[in-house]
Amino acid sequence: MSDAHSTSRPILEVRNLKVQFQVRGEGQWPWSPKRFLKAVDGVSFDLRAGETLGIVGESGCGKSTLARALIDLVPIADGSVRWQGDEMRGAGPEAWQAKRKVVQMIFQDPLASLDPRMTVAQIIGEPLRTHCPELSAAEHNERVLAMMLRVGLTAQQINRYPHEFSGGQCQRIGIARALILKPQVVICDEPVSALDVSIQAQIINLLKELQAEMGLALIFIAHDLAVVKHISQRVMVMYLGRAMEIAQKHALYDSPRHPYTQALLSAIPVPDPKIERAKTLQLLQGDLPSAINQPSGCVFRTRCPKAVEECAKNIPALRRISEQSESACILG
Amino acid sequence: MNMNTTSNPLMQVSQLAVQFETPDGVINAVNGITFTLDRGKTLGIVGESGSGKSQSVLAMMGLLATNGRATGQVLYQGQDLISMPTADLNRIRGNRVAMIFQDPMTSLNPYLTVERQMTEVLELHKGLSRREARVRAIQTLDAVKMPEAARRINMYPHEFSGGMRQRVMIAMALLCEPDVLIADEPTTALDVTVQAQILVLMRELQRDFGTAIVLITHDLGVVAGLCNEVMVLYGGQVMEQGSAEAIFYRPSHPYTAGLLAAVPRLEDGDAPMLAIPGAPPNMARLPAGCPFTDRCAMALPQCGVERPAFAASAHDADVLRACHLGIEDVTRNLQYLKSQLGVAT
Repeated sequence: MSDAHSTSRPILEVRNLKVQFQVRGEGQWPWSPKRFLKAVDGVSFDLRAGETLGIVGESGCGKSTLARALIDLVPIADGSVRWQGDEMRGAGPEAWQAKRKVVQMIFQDPLASLDPRMTVAQIIGEPLRTHCPELSAAEHNERVLAMMLRVGLTAQQINRYPHEFSGGQCQRIGIARALILKPQVVICDEPVSALDVSIQAQIINLLKELQAEMGLALIFIAHDLAVVKHISQRVMVMYLGRAMEIAQKHALYDSPRHPYTQALLSAIPVPDPKIERAKTLQLLQGDLPSAINQPSGCVFRTRCPKAVEECAKNIPALRRISEQSESACILG
Repeated sequence: MNMNTTSNPLMQVSQLAVQFETPDGVINAVNGITFTLDRGKTLGIVGESGSGKSQSVLAMMGLLATNGRATGQVLYQGQDLISMPTADLNRIRGNRVAMIFQDPMTSLNPYLTVERQMTEVLELHKGLSRREARVRAIQTLDAVKMPEAARRINMYPHEFSGGMRQRVMIAMALLCEPDVLIADEPTTALDVTVQAQILVLMRELQRDFGTAIVLITHDLGVVAGLCNEVMVLYGGQVMEQGSAEAIFYRPSHPYTAGLLAAVPRLEDGDAPMLAIPGAPPNMARLPAGCPFTDRCAMALPQCGVERPAFAASAHDADVLRACHLGIEDVTRNLQYLKSQLGVAT
């Protein structure tokens, strides 16, 4: 996926990953054939140590489900997930537990992802208690405090509860909890979407600093393309459970290949009155189709401004367009 | 601000303030908002969460919570909406002044079909029969580009997607062809591609019907595309107010400048973003001076104690601002901050 020439083994290899949820609905009898919602439908990518992969797409495109499947929070229906070369599909709880020392997650809603009955010290220290029970109380406290200071919290706040913090501070607590084990990969599921603009910039700057310092690889999920551009080296664009385009950042933003990427980029409002008023929008018609009854062929064809008859026939696979980019569009 | 240009503006708000009685004392959520809105114009109200932008428009519509109290004047064609009895207000709101709420799921009634919710408005305000009202409702849904409006009008809100629900909300607000449309974060819950559809729709409606719009948002990009005038709120106070061009191209207040610098842009390089330090203020414990003092990188000693006057700026009489610093100082300081971070100016 990324550099085919690089020799070191990727830390994460995902191949043809599928996640499905069984749905009930009208006209469903116990003997009717089961119906499935294909949340993630055949996604493949690699992640190398220290790099940031951005995943963007609209709500319902499967980006959060993909992130959750990578750490066994939802069951994998098909395909393969290899962490550090170990196949994790069908792995037991012990195997996953060991991997969670390597990969941690930051969640979207900063307050809802913290236990309201635990103090900050307990929240941040919990992964240490689970994964490093051999630490003495003094070492434990020292590491919690050091991490708190590193993410911009103060020592006085150590015994406070989550409700006493603002959204931005809660997200700092979430980051501290994810980083206390010194993981190699952090999956960030919309870490800044719930925050105000001024706070959002603080958190992104913090994540970038910590990444450089600790050599982290990040999977950064967001629906805001401008935010993703700031932090990522490579970006994957998803639509209805599939990857539409994976490209190096500059290739994706400077010359987007897939019509969906082009539409997404043109839809972002720019904070500049002259540009924004003069802009000709490439408007997509309609809404996201249902993930239960997906369109035949290319899933994007029902809203695609460039769709031709052939798009309905076959499901286009990701094709290499250049050194830097791959796109799943038959029109190239 | 066209304070003196028009003799009879459509809507004139002066010194609007909102207080809430809470167990912890009185909270001043909004302090002295003043603006004039002419037909076909759009005012954008920008601010972070808790800045009082939603409460100010809820106060205009008489929709504050029971512990809230609005003072000041909201004149719609010379009639004061704040001091007006509820029965009179009910003839204006939803009819001449309509509102679009932020969350289209929770602001529609899940028990009633879209048809019932829309025809109710027309039966009440226009005295139409149910059948006439239904025809009008379908026409309005067509106008907001709802596909298959005649069939979909019989559906319940949960059967629509987020973007379609927001179209229903907009159609409902437009049923009586209002003079003023108040839109409280109309696209915040939507995806960018759907947001773009809704913004184009609002622009077209304004062109076709000459509706004046008050648009509340935290997204400066949305403001840039739609608004003629912009008001920037922080801690319940107006920091800066002026034409969109003045606010975007020559921000004269440290908060406006910081907000604009903190927006991630596609054309940015890899340098860190210029964040505003700290967190939004606690409205119960605002400083005596400028509410932005604690987070302002340029604050002077007097900023925390002495509230700056909200007055016309020296560089542009059409821009109103509340800051002790001159615009040259703000611009220079901002450039210094950016150069320290390695951000291109």
